[in-house]
Amino acid sequence: MTTENNKTLFTPVNIITGIFLAIGLVITVLRFTKGLGGVTNLDDNNPWGIWISFDLLCGVALAAGGYTTSSACYLFGLKKYHSAVRPAILTAFLGYALVVFALHYDVGRPYRLPYPIFVSPGTTSLLYEVGLCVFLYVTVLAIEFTPALFEWLGMKGLRDKVMKLTLALTVFGVILSTLHQSSLGALFVAVPSKIHPLWYSPYLAVLFFVSSIPAGLSMVILEGTLAHKPWHHMMDATYQEEHDGVILGFARGASMSLAAYFCVKLVALAYDNNWSYLATGWGAWYLLEVLGFVALPSLLYAIGSREKNITLIKWTSGLTVLGIILNRFNVSIVAFNYNLPSSQRYFPSWMEIGISIFVVTVGVTAYRLIVSRMPIFFEHPEYKDAH
Amino acid sequence: MKRRQFLGLLGAAGITATLGTKAQAATGHTFDGYPDAKGVLFDSTRCIGCRKCEAACNKVNKLPAPAKPFDDLKVMDKERRTTAVAYTVVNKYAGKKGPAYRKLQCNHCQEPACASVCFVKAFTKNPDGSVTYDASVCVGCRYCMVACPFNVPAYEYNDPLTPRVMKCTLCHPQIASGELTAPGCVSACPKEALVYGKRKDLVEIARARIKRNPERYQDHLYGEQEMGGTNWMYLSGETFPTIGLREDLGTTSVPTMTSGALSVVPMVAALWPALLGGVWAMNKRKDKVAEEEQKAAVKAAKAEVRAEAAAKLAKELDKAEKDKAQAIEREVKRALEEAAAAKKDEEGA
Repeated sequence: MTTENNKTLFTPVNIITGIFLAIGLVITVLRFTKGLGGVTNLDDNNPWGIWISFDLLCGVALAAGGYTTSSACYLFGLKKYHSAVRPAILTAFLGYALVVFALHYDVGRPYRLPYPIFVSPGTTSLLYEVGLCVFLYVTVLAIEFTPALFEWLGMKGLRDKVMKLTLALTVFGVILSTLHQSSLGALFVAVPSKIHPLWYSPYLAVLFFVSSIPAGLSMVILEGTLAHKPWHHMMDATYQEEHDGVILGFARGASMSLAAYFCVKLVALAYDNNWSYLATGWGAWYLLEVLGFVALPSLLYAIGSREKNITLIKWTSGLTVLGIILNRFNVSIVAFNYNLPSSQRYFPSWMEIGISIFVVTVGVTAYRLIVSRMPIFFEHPEYKDAH
Repeated sequence: MKRRQFLGLLGAAGITATLGTKAQAATGHTFDGYPDAKGVLFDSTRCIGCRKCEAACNKVNKLPAPAKPFDDLKVMDKERRTTAVAYTVVNKYAGKKGPAYRKLQCNHCQEPACASVCFVKAFTKNPDGSVTYDASVCVGCRYCMVACPFNVPAYEYNDPLTPRVMKCTLCHPQIASGELTAPGCVSACPKEALVYGKRKDLVEIARARIKRNPERYQDHLYGEQEMGGTNWMYLSGETFPTIGLREDLGTTSVPTMTSGALSVVPMVAALWPALLGGVWAMNKRKDKVAEEEQKAAVKAAKAEVRAEAAAKLAKELDKAEKDKAQAIEREVKRALEEAAAAKKDEEGA
């Protein structure tokens, strides 16, 4: 699977990657020659589509593994998770870098993306808070990732200097993550009239932040599961030994945080007295999300960690990730503009989906290139026990 | 500088720092609009749906000619919204008293959602009441369009690199330059369905009309309170939802709705380092204590082992000593016995 020199480059995975990248490049040309109107189904009533719902909202939520794992290891003293930190930081860094990359397609004038920070800061906007935090957090993640790069390049001096910043970077990362994970939800606090009451809540900020924790933990489990087969030979004894422990520990954490998220969901429902909507069609959809993709995975995680059932936990992580995606889509697309007639509702064009697949493919490819080379799943022999 | 003087200055500096300026975003202050702000009163009972306002708007804003001419009234059979090339549209609705018309354009909110959510301050609420847009800083995120409760701002989706958000300006540039004295649409209305004036005067006019003809009007001035109040207000003979104006928007402005979320920012930045640093310090202390305890335990264990070994050694030595004594005794005894036996042999021989 890895692109080592002695093997052919034309593996099935590489061929599919190539196809997705080629389609993506064609749509990229169309986007920047014909405009958003030429490639998307966006219109004046539906200004945000899946490039916001999936690439931004889901991308950021699912990249939460970075701050959850590093704070568990470095702040909460759970040193047995140490071997999970580097893969989680790498995924988070790539995730955020791709969020920024994808925004270049969505905003009308991507060359002005630095404007909110450097030219004309609109400090009353929650989107400003998101922009500033994401900008700073990408920087933090890039620095947190550099030790692996420096070890690979043999730059010991720089590597040791960056390692000294670990604690400060971790705390800063948690502050920034708390702020922008919640602000992404708070973006929608401004539009109570457009979102169905079951998904609108003044607590959207809390809901988005709390749900980012199980999202991040589940992504670490899922990613570890998916990476295990192709990169088994890259994983050192420490990683292998700690792996099941990480999965069990994270499953317990995800179960608890999902339960907390479920409670906040209930509070939000009760706060606005929205119980009567549960009997409607929207209510059925809401119950499917809250029971099937929040309560159920919480329970399955609890059973899995109690019975040490690694397989169950792995499947549950996939269920949780789907649930987070479902929630972000519900808030920003499905329940958004619920009061408009169906002819004026939004559904993505195939080219919008194409770009989202393209962005994910770029991320997966970068991930494959990095973990096949740099010390991510193993400790560099020269730096063993140096942390 | 004397000590007392220094302390005095320090105190003054402290008070200035504390009382300096208020962080406006996070306070629950109210803004009742600029006192001389102007606006427009639209009276649906006077509107005949002639679309002359649409034509005038198109002309003064130098917008491209529409596909169907403005005297084609059939376009009103379908409900329309504002677009990047039409800042205002008139819609026809089936009312109880016959067809009812309603003009739609930017309502120029007193506390505009678009301006408060814009992350580059591209929108300005001007003292004359208008809300205007500055394309020179716009990034094109379209959050203004998401946030507008009236679905007004439109976008140049087909411009690949320099798209703008397009909406009614209340003819702010034309009036400021002296080109016009009132918005183009208002001057073009043949039925005086539109009145341009100071917002507070418009409220009085509207109330007087309702009072004079209570059976003609709904007893509500739409826009007086909605979303914190708008500078464009509506009178209607039909219920407002009938003419496409939502009554469930509430009276809270968007800046007020989002101030809670914004006020959390400094708290997170202030409290998280202390809490997380505390957790880190506690864990470090726990590790240190555990390490010390381990060291102490190892030390104690070592001492114990050493003492045991010493005792054992002493015991062994003692035993060896005894063995030695016994061996000597045994040897002596045997020597004596041998001597005695030899003596016996001699005697016997």
